[in-house]
Amino acid sequence: MPMKSAAAAAAAAALLLATAAAAQAADPVKVGMVTTLSTGAGYLGDHVRKGFELALEQAGVADRVTLLVEDDGLDPGTATQLTERMVERDGVKIMTGAIFSNVAMATIPKLVRNYDILYVSPNAGPAPLAGKGCHPRYFNTAYQNDNFAEVMGKYANEQNLKRVYLMAPNYQAGKDSIGGFKRFFKGEVVGEVYTKLNQTDYAAEIAELRAANPDAVYFFYPGGMGINFMKQFAQAGLADKVVALGPAFSFDDTLLDAVGDAAIGFFNGSQWSPDLDVAANKTFVDGYKAKFSEYPTLYAAQGYDTAQAIVAALQKTDWSTADMDALAAAMKQADFPSVRGEFAFGNNNHPIQDIYVREVFKDDTGNVTNRIATKGFDNHVDAYAAECEMK
Amino acid sequence: MLLFLEQLLNGVQLSVTLLLMASGLTLVFGIMNLLNLAHGSLFMVGAYVAAWTTGVSGSWLLGLVAGAAAAFVTGIVIELVVMRRLYARDHLDQVLATFGLILFFNELVRLLWGIRPMRLDVPEALGGFVEIVPGAPYPLYRLAVIAAGAAVMLALAWLVQGTRVGMRIRAGSVDREMIGALGVDIGRLYTLVFALGALLAGLAGVLAGPFLAIQSGMGEPILILAFVVVVIGGIGSLKGAVAGSLLVGITDTLGRVYLPKITDAGPALSSMLIFLVMAVVLAVFPTGLYGRKS
Repeated sequence: MPMKSAAAAAAAAALLLATAAAAQAADPVKVGMVTTLSTGAGYLGDHVRKGFELALEQAGVADRVTLLVEDDGLDPGTATQLTERMVERDGVKIMTGAIFSNVAMATIPKLVRNYDILYVSPNAGPAPLAGKGCHPRYFNTAYQNDNFAEVMGKYANEQNLKRVYLMAPNYQAGKDSIGGFKRFFKGEVVGEVYTKLNQTDYAAEIAELRAANPDAVYFFYPGGMGINFMKQFAQAGLADKVVALGPAFSFDDTLLDAVGDAAIGFFNGSQWSPDLDVAANKTFVDGYKAKFSEYPTLYAAQGYDTAQAIVAALQKTDWSTADMDALAAAMKQADFPSVRGEFAFGNNNHPIQDIYVREVFKDDTGNVTNRIATKGFDNHVDAYAAECEMK
Repeated sequence: MLLFLEQLLNGVQLSVTLLLMASGLTLVFGIMNLLNLAHGSLFMVGAYVAAWTTGVSGSWLLGLVAGAAAAFVTGIVIELVVMRRLYARDHLDQVLATFGLILFFNELVRLLWGIRPMRLDVPEALGGFVEIVPGAPYPLYRLAVIAAGAAVMLALAWLVQGTRVGMRIRAGSVDREMIGALGVDIGRLYTLVFALGALLAGLAGVLAGPFLAIQSGMGEPILILAFVVVVIGGIGSLKGAVAGSLLVGITDTLGRVYLPKITDAGPALSSMLIFLVMAVVLAVFPTGLYGRKS
């Protein structure tokens, strides 16, 4: 009798354990995405989310991941509250979503220091987080902020554009971008102008630009500022006199829609392009157009790769988030088919990847979009990796 | 020197947009004693409707008319539904309510037209250049904006100074109770003044549309400048709005160009410049250049 009951108990225990294990396997992993969905820049976070969801769907793991999405409203304070609430109340172990560097700086260092979690940035790549402030639990699947500026500096050299005029809004990101350009540009800077943040009328600055008679202008005007500047630049009749160079932030398909033909012939630096000849990219671009009936932007591509990177890591740990060190190690292998082709994480957990120069053109359907003009960098490592103590 | 002339022209062009905004703001503030933060939303409504109409119909002129008309109608609706309730309240309540309107309109355009910015191109007939300054082709459209703005302001001056309605508007800005007592339907007068201000803001939005990203919240940066204009010019004074716009538009433009050449702190200084001008003007003329002495 005691024998029998012991066996029964053991059987029951085994059964319990088995169901617990089964339940654990079926329990989806929570991923928290606090991103920018409102304000004029709201489409950035929207595209990251769409790309992310598409990747889950195409990988057939949509039911293994619960994606919790919140809008930070481009406000560091709100972002701090929302991320901490997700981690503390909802028990989220994998966070993502930061679009803007100021939001990233306010949230990410605190999160990875105070909690046992992983943070994967799908866009923001501020210098401090790539350099001295790098962290084993923080990954960036997009780029380091300076990359797109650096490639344009190199491109200007190659194209023999000797005299270049530089323009950016008067704030940290603007100065960083100009710095990135000058890191590689070897010619003469004939003007360096910092305008008011969110300035709308550039007539005066453009008149000065024309008077300086440069070979090219490099400008960092993300979002609406980019639309305003490009339209006014073209309206001033400068488009065929001065070569226009910029980072991809002014040239996603949403902005190009608002600029129209005025942007044709502009060059911009990016790590991704819709025409990149990579199998995974075709799957992504076709899937995105079919699902959302719009052209994907680089933000959608980054959201897609962020999801792929996270899923690849989770598959290696058998969908367990119990051991975060193991998950981070799995993440670092970057064992996923990136839409950018070759992709690896450097010592600072930022991408080592090719950076391209894209050209704005009008495609067969009359849509103004980007295509690759040339590859600027092979397996580019960002400028701050050396300052990071991680190996 | 020639470049300086061109920059002066750029300053005047900015002034014209400011003037269209500020004249409505100052009329509403002066006559109805109403602080309307949502004036920038009417600018946005004008630009959005013009961009949409032009896109659908292919006619820029139709877009211009539709944009201005939409702002006018929106003005009437806002006045009847919201502003009416605010005349008797103090300015803080008005700020709160009209700030709410800003959020409402920013969200409304996003619901109607999506988060993608819209596009309004320069009308084809005005796509050329004029060489006012030799060697520096000036966009014809910017000149047209200056001309259109000046014409609208002359018409407004005639309306206010030369017609019976204008007389009532002026009387209303001096003594509201008295013209009510004299049998003028003050409710209707207020609706008219408010809608007129809205029309001008909408027109400013359409005219500035080809320079700008037409997106949710586009009216706020220009609204801040327009308030500075109203304060400098003196609340309620059209003459003040003209003087204030020219002062702000030209100072801002020249400051942006020349201050950075003098000092490294130029970019920071130039964004403060118009507020410094405002402070100086208020120190000398506490009620603004053409404000009524209280």
